[in-house]
Amino acid sequence: MEQFLQQLINGLSLGSIYALIALGYTMVYGIIKLINFAHCDVYMIGAYVGYACMTYFHLGLLPSMLIAMAACTLLGMAIEKIAYKPLRNATRIAVLITALGVSMFLEYGTMFFVKAEVRAYPSMTGWMAQSFQVGGVNISMLQVIIMAVTVILMILLQFIVKRTRVGRAMRAVSLDKDAAELMGINVNSTISFTFALGSALAGAAGVLVGVYYNSINPLMGMLPGIKAFVAAVFGGIGLIPGAMVGGYAIGMIETMVDGYGNSLYKDAVVFAILILILIVKPAGLLGKNTREKV
Amino acid sequence: MAILSVKKLTKSFGGLTAVSNVNMELQEGELVGLIGPNGAGKTTVFNLLTGVYEPTAGTVTLTRNGKGKEIQGMKPFNICKAGMSRTFQNIRLFKDLTVLDNVRIAMHQNVKYGLASAFLHLPAYAKEEAQLVEKCMELLRIVHLDGKAGELASNLPYGEQRHLEIARALATDPVVLLLDEPAAGMNPAETAQLTELISWIRKNFQLTILLIEHDMSLVMKICERIYVLDYGMIIASGTPEEIKADKKVIEAYLGEDVNDA
Amino acid sequence: MKNMLQKRWLKTLLSLVAAYGVVQLLIAVGVINDYIQATIATICINMVLAVSLNLITGFTGQFSLGHAGFMSIGAYVCGIITVANPTLPGFLLGTLAGAVTAAVVGFLVGLPTLRLRGDYLAIATLGMSEIIRIVFLNMQITNGAAGLNGIPQFVNWTWMFLFTAGTILLIVNFLHSSHGRACISIREDEIAAEAMGINTTKYKVMSFTIGAFFAGVAGAMYASYFYFLKPDLFNFQKSVDILVIVVLGGMGSISGSIIAAVLLAVISTVLQSFPELRMVIYSLVLVIIMIFRPQGLMGSREISAALFRKWGEGLKRVFGKEKERV
Repeated sequence: MEQFLQQLINGLSLGSIYALIALGYTMVYGIIKLINFAHCDVYMIGAYVGYACMTYFHLGLLPSMLIAMAACTLLGMAIEKIAYKPLRNATRIAVLITALGVSMFLEYGTMFFVKAEVRAYPSMTGWMAQSFQVGGVNISMLQVIIMAVTVILMILLQFIVKRTRVGRAMRAVSLDKDAAELMGINVNSTISFTFALGSALAGAAGVLVGVYYNSINPLMGMLPGIKAFVAAVFGGIGLIPGAMVGGYAIGMIETMVDGYGNSLYKDAVVFAILILILIVKPAGLLGKNTREKV
Repeated sequence: MAILSVKKLTKSFGGLTAVSNVNMELQEGELVGLIGPNGAGKTTVFNLLTGVYEPTAGTVTLTRNGKGKEIQGMKPFNICKAGMSRTFQNIRLFKDLTVLDNVRIAMHQNVKYGLASAFLHLPAYAKEEAQLVEKCMELLRIVHLDGKAGELASNLPYGEQRHLEIARALATDPVVLLLDEPAAGMNPAETAQLTELISWIRKNFQLTILLIEHDMSLVMKICERIYVLDYGMIIASGTPEEIKADKKVIEAYLGEDVNDA
Repeated sequence: MKNMLQKRWLKTLLSLVAAYGVVQLLIAVGVINDYIQATIATICINMVLAVSLNLITGFTGQFSLGHAGFMSIGAYVCGIITVANPTLPGFLLGTLAGAVTAAVVGFLVGLPTLRLRGDYLAIATLGMSEIIRIVFLNMQITNGAAGLNGIPQFVNWTWMFLFTAGTILLIVNFLHSSHGRACISIREDEIAAEAMGINTTKYKVMSFTIGAFFAGVAGAMYASYFYFLKPDLFNFQKSVDILVIVVLGGMGSISGSIIAAVLLAVISTVLQSFPELRMVIYSLVLVIIMIFRPQGLMGSREISAALFRKWGEGLKRVFGKEKERV
């Protein structure tokens, strides 16, 4: 039981990170139907910006995270403007290949500047390095921070999407781009804002992963990126609550397989579950199946 | 003899009943119209008959060579094989393929050569392909597109695209042909040409045709019988004269106020 | 018709023999060294991969991101069999076994997943190929992450050529048959295809299985030529590389895939001298090409005599006008 609770806590921390990244995938997919493969590299850049803030400027976790989020916001908007916007009317596969190209560009561009080697994040000091016991379960302050930050960011995101003008515009554009445009919504700036929001969340996730796992490298985005996307599909792509549910589910499954089963196969299990979900309920856990109109 | 017999056909989407208790009977060689106001469920009936949607209830019986077969709930390609073909309201051609290929693909179900011939282009391949092209050209001549066999379907003018859809539907060798608004978007001259074409193919292919159309002059001119659909139900059926005089039909088209005016 | 077909066959055969002969001659006189030969081998393997993926994605319209998975199956099965039986018949048997195994896996995976559309299918195939990679990573017989070493080399230029030309010919023939057209109709309009009597599920699975089969052949070619295999060679990036060739050449254009395979190999070779910037430039080129020519180099056209004539006329028109102006 204790071991189970311990795994649960670990799963929630990992799931938080997947959920944060998955939100970016799902929002962009919802609005322009693109699997933004470059998203996982925005997350990687976020981790590096946070690293720079902490190592060279000796800033604390919170300011570093905010700076990383700001940097990623700009990066996400720039990617959209330069690479995706000219392809607004191209075939989806052309945009997808572009996304893969941008992803490779960010990965190997970063590698060119910071070299391929793994870097160690500065370790936390003071209260953030502590951990405490609850009924035999070991919880580190970092895990608490990760979960708390994730929850705060999600509430903030829900507020923006549900209660603000620009959030309403986002929902309108994702339902019907042309109709939204006719209703006077600036589609371009709405798409840009969506990229900004998603990238900011990815930046936060990057810094959190850095402090949690302590090591970063230019290709660190690849696997978590794919898994976060899996999480988004799992919950129902295009749906914000779906990304949250999917993120926690994937994090939990991965930790449980790691803890109780064979850790070598943990990724395989995640993908197998994904395929099963897709076959049984292609629109994801929270999604609705739709049919093409004839 | 009834070639197509529809009994108590019903379709609900969630709580909404789009088509309810539709009964229709088409005799061999008949040309029947299916009319009704926008949103009455005409295309849904076509989609139920051709297997795009699965009916919630009811039966559809198609008779070919004297043998009746219940086809409701079958996959579209099997219904096509059973002898029912269709055109689409919003033209659905294979746009990036040639006119010839559009028709050739519809003949695929009767192609006999196997995968080995396909991969190695064995003699069976050459023989059958030559026959295929010949048959396709025959059909294209009927719709006056034989001169454009090599053009991409998307490059054809609108009226010719509608003709190509008819040729493609004929290529599947049907006994019943469903035409979904074949004259939509056509000018009077084109419509007249189409009217002639429909009559001609019915006679020469011994087809039974069910036709959805908004152009009343076309419907009244060529259909022997007409079914009127409103809110998913058949509200009237009969000869064009009977339909023209039917009070319920006039109400459905013009609204309830017709008597007050 | 028959005469015309025979004439076309003869032409194709002659040009193929000529292409083979020229390279063989250059190898014999030593103009083509081992390094260039390895590049040629890579080009051949990439052609087989791209043409087979084009059948699935470009012609049948089913978006697959898992082609490397099928390749790895062909590679490992052939590699393991050739190690156990290091003879030419052993290698040929291995190739066949590898291709058939890949096809069987393709069939089994395709049957349930090909009901999915677009991006969902892409993600499912991506997941499938990752599962295959992880399985190879953890198996005894594949020697796990350390990799399978010392596979006897049977593939030389002659075999490379036979496999590549054979694959392309077979797939082109298939596409020009009624069965191939049935596949293409699915890409064009699935609902219309089904209404015209095409069993779309059957033809999607067929195209996927055939594509997997030839990806398996490509894997076997790789195993035998480069004699070393490890699971990471067949990761997500490899699937992406194959897809890039297909999209760059033009979806639905076999000649496009062939040209793009050569072009990318040349770019890659040129960039060899800047190892650190190689991938940066490669990705930049990719993005730029997609922005300015999203339909790929060839679109969905093929290189043919007619196309050359059209180009010729276009040139004539351009130059004709120039003359008028002068």
